[in-house]
Amino acid sequence: MTGKNKKQIIEKEDVVVKFVGDSGDGMQLTGTLFSDNAALAGNDLATFPDYPAEIRAPHNTIAGVSGFQVHIGTNKVHTSGDLCDVLVAMNPASLKSNLKWAKMGATLIVDFDSFDDKAIEKAGYKTNPMDDDSLAKFNLIKAPISSMTKESIKELTTDVKTAEKSRNMFALGIIFYIFNRSFDQTFKVLDTKFKKNPLISEINKTVIKAGYSYADHVEALASTYEIPRAKLDKGKYRNITGNVATAWGLLAAAEKSGRPLFLGSYPITPATEILMELAKHKSLGAKVFQAEDEIAGICSAIGASFTGSFACTTTSGPGLSLKSEAIGLAVITELPLVIVDVQRGGPSTGLPTKSEQSDLYQALFGRNGEAPVVVIAASSASNCFYYAFEAGKIAMEHMTPVILLTDGYLGNGSQLFRIPKMADLPKINPPIAQPNDPDFKPYRRDPETLVRKWALPGTEGLRHRIGGLEKENIIGTVSTDPQNHQIMTDLREAKVQKVADFIPNQKLTGEENGDLLVVSWGGTEGAVLSAVEVLQKEGKKVSHAHFHYIMPLPKNTNEILGKFKKIIVCELNSGQFVNYLRMKQPDFKYLQFNKVQGLPFVVSELTEAFNKILEEK
Amino acid sequence: MENYTVERSKVELTKEDFVSDQMVKWCPGCGGHAILSSVANVFPKIGYRKENFCMVSGIGCSSRFPYYVNTYGFHGIHGRAAAISSGVKIANPHLSVWMATGDGDSMAIGGNHFIHIIRRNIDINIMLFNNQIYGLTKGQYSPTTPMGSITKTSPQGTIEHPFNPGELILGAQGTFFARAVDTNPKLMTEVMFEAARHDGTSVVEILENCVIFADKTHVQITSKDLRDDHQIHLKNGEPMLFGKEKKKGIRMRDSRLEVVEIGKDGITEENILIHDQYQQDPGLHLMLAKMTPPHLPMAMGVIRSAMYPTYDDMVEEQIKFAKENSKIKNMDDLLNSGDTWIID
Repeated sequence: MTGKNKKQIIEKEDVVVKFVGDSGDGMQLTGTLFSDNAALAGNDLATFPDYPAEIRAPHNTIAGVSGFQVHIGTNKVHTSGDLCDVLVAMNPASLKSNLKWAKMGATLIVDFDSFDDKAIEKAGYKTNPMDDDSLAKFNLIKAPISSMTKESIKELTTDVKTAEKSRNMFALGIIFYIFNRSFDQTFKVLDTKFKKNPLISEINKTVIKAGYSYADHVEALASTYEIPRAKLDKGKYRNITGNVATAWGLLAAAEKSGRPLFLGSYPITPATEILMELAKHKSLGAKVFQAEDEIAGICSAIGASFTGSFACTTTSGPGLSLKSEAIGLAVITELPLVIVDVQRGGPSTGLPTKSEQSDLYQALFGRNGEAPVVVIAASSASNCFYYAFEAGKIAMEHMTPVILLTDGYLGNGSQLFRIPKMADLPKINPPIAQPNDPDFKPYRRDPETLVRKWALPGTEGLRHRIGGLEKENIIGTVSTDPQNHQIMTDLREAKVQKVADFIPNQKLTGEENGDLLVVSWGGTEGAVLSAVEVLQKEGKKVSHAHFHYIMPLPKNTNEILGKFKKIIVCELNSGQFVNYLRMKQPDFKYLQFNKVQGLPFVVSELTEAFNKILEEK
Repeated sequence: MENYTVERSKVELTKEDFVSDQMVKWCPGCGGHAILSSVANVFPKIGYRKENFCMVSGIGCSSRFPYYVNTYGFHGIHGRAAAISSGVKIANPHLSVWMATGDGDSMAIGGNHFIHIIRRNIDINIMLFNNQIYGLTKGQYSPTTPMGSITKTSPQGTIEHPFNPGELILGAQGTFFARAVDTNPKLMTEVMFEAARHDGTSVVEILENCVIFADKTHVQITSKDLRDDHQIHLKNGEPMLFGKEKKKGIRMRDSRLEVVEIGKDGITEENILIHDQYQQDPGLHLMLAKMTPPHLPMAMGVIRSAMYPTYDDMVEEQIKFAKENSKIKNMDDLLNSGDTWIID
């Protein structure tokens, strides 16, 4: 599709677009429509929604700014991007708070109509940035978005509110023009979304076209951009958020194990989408129980696990704190259970809508008594599917609670997902006790794995009792015997450690030895890998080890760490994984790079830190 | 609505089928022994397969119960029995789920779960052992301890208004509430059987004596000389009569319940209320649950047993409906649903 005024088309490898506005301006929808459109056009992508905790924070204030960043590219896109090439700002406050994320020379598209005195003052500007030369280093497009939106739909509606609500579509139309995008897919989405109200769909489509044709006439947009299709592996793809991928991974584990899925959960930002997603899939037999609180969420899951369901509970940091005692109950009863923690900024309520990796200590150690659990972490929106599946596999095959750590950045962010075939996923074999098994005892174990049998209520000949009191080894009666407690404590620990025999070796990106090993875990993989790749291209001897398996650590961890002159561990916390490594792998000296700002790493701050270390003697 | 009933036993069961090999560690004289014995009498009569019984508990003296009956059992953590048993029943509606709990476990630390299991009407039978004291921690006041009681944590007497469990249960939209005393095994057996028959959450409050820390706490209700006048055994369809000679009765006057005597002031049986445990409106049930001596007798037996859809049945209905009507039959369907595209 080309406009009337043919302009120069420039090919680019990748581009970052950020949509920002008031929290009621529809920035999340605009961003999603653009990223879905880009995905269908064959670009690889990663997105990052950045929104306030309040649903409608005070109008036109910095606190109320909601944003959605999309990174699209021809090559593999690891992150949602550090700085943006195009910033769409719907009001003064959103421009003010996001200008620092715009590249030098970036195109700024602002709703010129929104820059009235009141809004400028509310945003904290001393002078109108549209008039002074503070934006001189950017390509500023002063688009009268509000008035032109109203004008474009005057034959369809005169309702002021409708016009106000459709402004975001005008901005989307401008973006479609800049990146030479076709409307077709987006129009189809709008038609489906507003099936019951075709007029709204018509209005939105009209406004998008108006934005597009406006852009076609703006001289400041001297050129448009083409981002060629990504060179992705062959296959069928879809766009997916980390939270939906997590939900689907759990469903996949249920199907592969033959155990019905039970989710006991309580709404909490940013984990709620997993609960909402699973509630949609009753046709797959998923039983979803929205509990009265976090504790009931996990306790109902433990009850369901006792009866033979693949039981899960989903939460975020404060919720994990509330679940601590019950996780201990799952540890001592040795029942399978997956606890998903979509981490957010803490402590306490902290930063509910921002991302952090600060629950690692809690996941590893946050229980009374000696209470080991398996801890694993996903590292991208799409691999949340595989790590949720893996969490289920380990929980059921090893009869243990597994904590899966993701974070708000992964959970809300979206990515292209190559659709797997269920037949290609590994089978899950829960150790279910057979009826009337004469050898069954609640704590009799497989000598190899130390895993006990899962004896389901209703099964003939296996009536037994388990619970939170310490039990006698093998026979499972209540026991306070000192030696027995030692034995049971050691067995529970050994059982979890044995999981190391069943997980893959730690992988390395780069050479096996060198000057610097960069270590990271969880949701930071994209940014850290991008930074390492920058240095590798410069010929520096830097490699990257990104950990998904934390408790237990992969068996080759020591071997990998030992081959580098320096090791730096990068985390979005004050150093939780690095201290865990200092404890578990004390042979090495660890440097650390930490950030606790509720924001993901940016590639440039990482490369700067790595270069500094490489220069130091 | 279809009921997901529990599979019946093909053979006749006896008390011995539920005897545990564990030593019962309640104090001699504890009301728990009598409750245990009643349960062992009731379970074989219910007629379910013995493997389909599942006993869940929280923490406290009452909550040792699962170890003392030979069923599938789960001894949980303090206050959470209602949440755990909810998971058990929702996950497997074919089980007969029983919950043993106490006034501390369910009225204090587990209060939240307790009201919500009742509100949802999940088909679970709750035995609430109400001894009005914390026994296992050795004698602190509980949410049902009468105001003014001297306990280890109230040396000058409690200054808290106690819960009446029945009031709380009906306030939480309870569909079944019964009451019994631990000294009356016949009544306990009777109400537990009724509880088992009821579809939905059934709560049986058992006034239990703690010989060590709250001995004779229920003496106003249970003592030989007072019990006939201070208890009324409600029976469905029968007039609310009590007293040694069954000459006393309950009638409604000026929207209040009062005790009258047959033959006095022209009172006949016609004036006496007839008990209807199945009535949907909980108004009168609540008044009956709140009756306390000396002005009114304490109501025993099944006070309320109203029919409402159960949560667990509705879960199964929704799943059945979704399975029949959704295009997504398996994970491959879901993975390939919605917007997808092929790259080759």
